[in-house]
Amino acid sequence: MAESSEFEPKIIAFLCNWCTYTGADLAGTSRLQYPPNVRIIRLMCSGAVDPMYVLKADLAGADGILIGGCHPGDCHYQEGNYKARRRVIALKEILKSAGFDEDRIWLRWISASEGARFAETVREMTEALYAKGPNPMRQTWAV
Amino acid sequence: MSRIGVFVCHCGHNIAGTVDVKAVVEQLQRNGDVVFAIDYKYMCSDPGQQLIRESIAKYQLDGVVVAACSPAMHESTFRRTVEIAGLNGYRCESANIREQVSWVHQQDKVAATQKAVEIAESIVEKVKRNEALEPLVLPLTHRTLVIGGGIAGMQAALDIAEAGYPVILIERQDHLGGRMAELSGSYLNFQAAPDLLERKTQQVLTHPNIQTLLNAEVTSLSGYVGNFRVQVKQKADAAESPVMPLDELQPLSFTFDVGAIVVATGWQPYDRARLPEYGGVEIPDVVDGLTFEKMLRQGDGIRRPSDGKLAREVVFVQCAGSRDPEHGVSYCSKVCCMYVAKQAMLYKERVPDGQAYVFYIDIRSAGKNYDEYVQRAMIDYGVLYLRGKVSRIFREGGQTVVWGSDTLTGRAVEIAADLVVLATPMFPSSGSIELGQLLHISTDGYGFFNEAHPKLRPVETLTAGIYLAGVAQGPKDIPESVSQASGAAAKVLQLFSKNEMTASPLVASVIEELCAACGACVKVCPYGARQIHPIWNYATVNAALCQGCGACVVACPNKASQVRNWRVEQVLGMVDKLL
Ligand SMILES: Cc1cc2nc3c(=O)[nH]c(=O)nc-3n(C[C@H](O)[C@H](O)[C@H](O)COP(=O)(O)OP(=O)(O)OC[C@H]3O[C@@H](n4cnc5c(N)ncnc54)[C@H](O)[C@@H]3O)c2cc1C
Ligand code: SF4
Ligand code: SF4
Ligand code: SF4
Ligand code: FES
Repeated sequence: MAESSEFEPKIIAFLCNWCTYTGADLAGTSRLQYPPNVRIIRLMCSGAVDPMYVLKADLAGADGILIGGCHPGDCHYQEGNYKARRRVIALKEILKSAGFDEDRIWLRWISASEGARFAETVREMTEALYAKGPNPMRQTWAV
Repeated sequence: MSRIGVFVCHCGHNIAGTVDVKAVVEQLQRNGDVVFAIDYKYMCSDPGQQLIRESIAKYQLDGVVVAACSPAMHESTFRRTVEIAGLNGYRCESANIREQVSWVHQQDKVAATQKAVEIAESIVEKVKRNEALEPLVLPLTHRTLVIGGGIAGMQAALDIAEAGYPVILIERQDHLGGRMAELSGSYLNFQAAPDLLERKTQQVLTHPNIQTLLNAEVTSLSGYVGNFRVQVKQKADAAESPVMPLDELQPLSFTFDVGAIVVATGWQPYDRARLPEYGGVEIPDVVDGLTFEKMLRQGDGIRRPSDGKLAREVVFVQCAGSRDPEHGVSYCSKVCCMYVAKQAMLYKERVPDGQAYVFYIDIRSAGKNYDEYVQRAMIDYGVLYLRGKVSRIFREGGQTVVWGSDTLTGRAVEIAADLVVLATPMFPSSGSIELGQLLHISTDGYGFFNEAHPKLRPVETLTAGIYLAGVAQGPKDIPESVSQASGAAAKVLQLFSKNEMTASPLVASVIEELCAACGACVKVCPYGARQIHPIWNYATVNAALCQGCGACVVACPNKASQVRNWRVEQVLGMVDKLL
């Protein structure tokens, strides 16, 4: 995307197929409007989100990374979301100690019926990222 | 270089009203992997699909991306279409620019168009590396194992057997019927119940498609949907029971191949020793509901167990341990409000000048004609319903004293009772948790089996091919147990409607050279699909068990584990295209 003078945050969202991705579809069928700053990648389960994906997105300059999965107890594959939760906590610790802003990574449970919650989450996250400003990684690459 | 075709759909105005589809086509035409891109009004229409098929031939496309609605909507449509044109279905994917773009960013056409371009590019990136795959074809054994010979298990067995498929019904007691056989009768159609049960039992025992094994339990299970292998042990003293052992098997330990399993193991009464404030098991004239059912089955008068005197004052305590997480269980046992009304009316018929009291928190009589039934107990039979909890039950001078409160009048109540009937919780059958572990299906904290989805998949478990019926899944009465059993049977028959099974080929695979045989994937796989090969010393995948969840991909320290068409480099490539 061409750099413009005004900062537009970019969010990469890794969403599980069974809950949050379907919830995002429902936001669409319900014509709920939310900021266009999010880019969705569909994965089968939040437990399939490799920390490598998150790191890659962060290093490549994503301003925010959203991981969306089924509510606890609802994972299609039994416990993928618990695995995701443990991993995201650990990953954030590591990022923090390496000087990264770990608050750019959000993990949210959004079910297939929570289209409104998905729209709201994107709205909130976009707002939060406007406040934070661009991912410093962007500048690193821009130089 | 790939030869991918991109088809951008207008969906009438649904997409084209917000996204500049021409601009999307132009952008995609510049993608090095795209040899052809075009927009069209309705891609899923016949001419739209025709356009895709013709373009595949004309431009020798080796992959197709349809930028249109959600993959949940039409991906399967487009996959069928490209197959007709000779392209493998897995080389075709949808890019979601309707539900996740045009419908949600109607105010910002520029940003929506840019987003649509990036999403289409990310899917091109994925399709580029998609393998051409065929659905897995797995054999299917058209035989069912039903565990538990109560009303639920018998109903499921009969439904499946009537459809023409063999059933093995195993029951660990020496008779069929389950707890229903211990009841005096059932509410609403009290007199008919024993007859109904007897008829069902005979039908099961004489059905040519049902093989009943009494005194039998499952000892091991292996395999997967369509191809389970179960081992069943039968107690030695069962020689008299109507058993038809298969000749090739060793006596009293049988192995069966089955394609589906119905779990209908029912319930047992709650252990009253865990309710000390209600006298535990110490007081002879305090009994639980099931014991009272047995008393009702004997003769006419209702007598005190302690001394055989006629019981003139009988107190029924509802929710004795149910809805009481501190002393008993948190759940509602669902049937007690109804059977207490039944029991109180029966008592009044046996001892017309006796007095029956019922302590209740509230009356849960949701069901066809259920509330009317409870009203009869109150109005026609003069059963005294007291709203409130019983705080203590104790023995004093040959009487059993019940202390309670009547919250409607605000008064404390003390009754010197001849007999107290506790409506204790229906609790999962002993051994449920162990059985769950053996079958690889989960139970809740009490031991009730978990359904796959509390609303939409109430008779399935998360293990394909294993279904639930009756109280094994949670408290239910007889009509509900029977309905769920028929539901489970329908699921089995749905599975059996095919000669063989097809399954998604999007399963894990292992790059053998990278695998260090560390076993991390074996541990993390929720379906037991992984093993370390004993000779070659690398991880293997049982494709029939694998559900493609991706947990092993993340767990593998060497990235030797990959899920087909969700490979790590595909996802990383998509991230790149989106930034
Ligand atoms: C006091 C009382 C009165 C009731 N009165 C009524 C009434 O009037 N009307 C009504 O509709 N409902 C009534 N109910 C509810 C009714 O009892 C149940 O709905 C019914 O028994 C459920 O049937 P089921 O087949 O699910 O379970 P069950 O009847 O418990 O049958 C389960 C069977 O599985 C067997 N089993 C268990 N574990 C294993 C194993 N591991 N291997 C092999 N076999 C196993 C058991 O031996 C049993 O035979 C009453 C309940 C109570 C507590
Ligand atoms: S393919 Fe999807 S987006 Fe296109 S016309 Fe059909 S429904 Fe609409
Ligand atoms: S993808 Fe999931 S189910 Fe398949 S082998 Fe890996 S962990 Fe097991
Ligand atoms: S986790 Fe990876 S390296 Fe370890 S056994 Fe499994 S596939 Fe091999
Ligand atoms: S399938 Fe949604 S989190 Fe696992």
